[in-house]
Amino acid sequence: MTLQVPSHSKKHFGAPSHFNPASPPVDQIAIEERVAALAKRSIKKASKVSGLRLTVAMMDLTTLEGKDTPGKVRQMCQKALLPLDRDPTIGPAAAVCVYPNLVPVAKKALAGSKVKVASVATAFPSGQSPLPIKLDDVRRAVELGADEIDMVIDRGAMLSGDYRKVFDEIAATKEACGAAHLKVILETGELGSLDTVRKASEIGIAAGGDFIKTSTGKIVPAATPQVTLVMLEAIRDHYHATGHKVGMKPAGGIRTAKQALHYLVIVKETLGDAWLTPDLFRFGASTLLNDVLMQLEKERTGFYQANEDFSKD
Amino acid sequence: MKKLAKRNGNGHNELDFGKAWDYAPAPEATDHVKIAPRYELFIGGKWQKPLSKKYFDTISPSTEQKLAEVAEADAADVDAAVAAARRGYEKYWSKLPGAERAKYIFRIARAIQEKARELAVVESMDGGKPIKESRDVDVPLAAAHFFYHAGWADKLDYAFHGRRARPLGVAAQIIPWNFPLLMAAWKIAPALACGNTVVLKPAETTPLTALLLAHIVQEAELPPGVVNIVTGAGATGAALAGHADVNKIAFTGSTEIGKRIQRAIAGTNKKITLELGGKAANIIFADAPIDQAVEGIIKGIYFNQGHVCCAGSRLLVEESVHDVVVRKLRDRMATLRLGDPLDKNTDVGAINSKMQLQKIKELVKAGEDEGGDRFSAPCAIPQKGYWFAPTFFTGVAQSSRIAREEVFGPVLSILTFRTPDEAIEKANNTMYGLSAGIWTDKGAKIFWLAQKLKAGVIWGNTYNKFDPSAPFGGYKESGFGREGGRQGLSAYVELE
Repeated sequence: MTLQVPSHSKKHFGAPSHFNPASPPVDQIAIEERVAALAKRSIKKASKVSGLRLTVAMMDLTTLEGKDTPGKVRQMCQKALLPLDRDPTIGPAAAVCVYPNLVPVAKKALAGSKVKVASVATAFPSGQSPLPIKLDDVRRAVELGADEIDMVIDRGAMLSGDYRKVFDEIAATKEACGAAHLKVILETGELGSLDTVRKASEIGIAAGGDFIKTSTGKIVPAATPQVTLVMLEAIRDHYHATGHKVGMKPAGGIRTAKQALHYLVIVKETLGDAWLTPDLFRFGASTLLNDVLMQLEKERTGFYQANEDFSKD
Repeated sequence: MKKLAKRNGNGHNELDFGKAWDYAPAPEATDHVKIAPRYELFIGGKWQKPLSKKYFDTISPSTEQKLAEVAEADAADVDAAVAAARRGYEKYWSKLPGAERAKYIFRIARAIQEKARELAVVESMDGGKPIKESRDVDVPLAAAHFFYHAGWADKLDYAFHGRRARPLGVAAQIIPWNFPLLMAAWKIAPALACGNTVVLKPAETTPLTALLLAHIVQEAELPPGVVNIVTGAGATGAALAGHADVNKIAFTGSTEIGKRIQRAIAGTNKKITLELGGKAANIIFADAPIDQAVEGIIKGIYFNQGHVCCAGSRLLVEESVHDVVVRKLRDRMATLRLGDPLDKNTDVGAINSKMQLQKIKELVKAGEDEGGDRFSAPCAIPQKGYWFAPTFFTGVAQSSRIAREEVFGPVLSILTFRTPDEAIEKANNTMYGLSAGIWTDKGAKIFWLAQKLKAGVIWGNTYNKFDPSAPFGGYKESGFGREGGRQGLSAYVELE
């Protein structure tokens, strides 16, 4: 007698498949030790300057608030184009990240530049809406001009073991994106363990994510070096297996230049040179930029300058 | 559309760990360090010129430059040191209550913490190990050993279940060059806590931190003769171990010398503990967290250039994950930074001495001659100094020299196994038995396996972790006796 598994079965405990990968276990203690060891790299002088310049170029400047207005977004776009008025060689940022309604404003403000417009979609940040609504959200954002879509996965499905639902929604979203790049937000702060982060990373990659991203920024903890390392390891294994390079975006909670350099060290020593580019690594941040600029100015002039010397857009 | 990257001949998609963004040199400052041009012998609380009238140079293995010259103690000097230790024992130390001894030991511990930076820099200059290791491992652990044992000094009556612990008298202690200050702490701290006095001989290539420790002992105002430090090479060690008036010998070093000492004291009533060589199995199962296990391999064999008696020098990997482990290991080794031990970003420092470098080269050549497949990390080797790139061999058989002999360098032998029983058989198939590592996601498997491995220290899902409360020591030709923990105290007491 053969056991029939109904095709609509919710749970998948059987053989590994593309939507339920046999992820290797992750040892949390060892991950913490590894990121702590990488935090000890001493980044000084020329390497600090080039690392911070790279950080600016990798930044997705973000505003995701109910009170966002065209004025606010235009100012942020200006900051993305010219982060530091007195040094046009710094920047521009990689992208701005906004809600769908503000995509046209950003698109117009950035016209003629290479700064991309990213839009969150799929009932961001919770993702708790029916799939057709989420896909419509994506299509509208693309129609409004978004170059990149930052989607959220269904964490409820992920935690209840319905990996096929997680996979299928990402795959459908990828299709809805058309030519737009897809970043898959795992919301690691809600996943509870590094093993689940690893599995969600593999599902996000297998379902067609161009990037995997840690967080919405609405949940604490957001990005951490620990989850970033685990996600980078998933990207590395996928690259080894297929030759396909998936990007990585830690987002939320990265506020200081020192933190940003720690992330760059983790990328450098996990995936190497090929990932040290805005095409494959981004920082999602709203307040990081000015601290990076302050450190760059300190390296240039030898002095820390006042907060007020940096524009707050 | 998926971009397909270039594949190499092995069909692997290669990662490029190059210099797209590199770290600038970050050397630890040395201006706060004072190394005297010449060091005498520390006997009876004073610095004494050697009766031998001889001195030898200690050099930095990373630059081959002379750091200082150091007195070479001959038999007469050793005799004076043992006599001073005997006086120190009878006149002062044996008469002090444990709580008083503890005060002195706590003082040493605090002074090590206060001088941590200087001690770390000197350790890296004299021995070649990376500053991040001397700063984060050697020196803090040395302080921890003094703190831990200071705590035991007034509680010895509670350590041995109703039996009274009496000190032995004078302890002769001979330590190796791989963890100079830490080994001095491992030896001196329990001896003093238990009420013994000591004559310590540091290794001839790394005497400086032990001599700085002598300064700390002086500043802590220990009674004269309680700690004596005599420098010299093998002959000095032989004179010390063979001295008629020592009650206890504690030796850490090679199995060959350990055997020689044991022969020399046969028929005497001297107590002895030996901590000798090792050829530890680091066992990786297919169900292990592989990326973290690879970190464990690195930590196990390339920590301190592999100059570690408990190094995980034999990798036993389940055959089904052999290729993936080897590929990940190669990637990880490409990120190892070899060079100036004082640079805070250095991962692999200098080989401790020219002699050791020759020994490593000889064994690596034997590995090649026996048909092993060699891989060495692609790192630039500095012009001056003694260096060896982190290396591993695949296709190694149990019978190969590099699978049986202790290399004591950054050289790993990779072997495979098919079943847990085969892993145990191979792990135990060595004359040594100091340590082992087990990597699996199954907790029960770790405990099951640990019971079957003949090794004194077994790490589960980690490697090279040390703590003063954890006893350390070996089986078989790795020696006997334990250091650290309550078990370590028994090596320095007589029970009534």
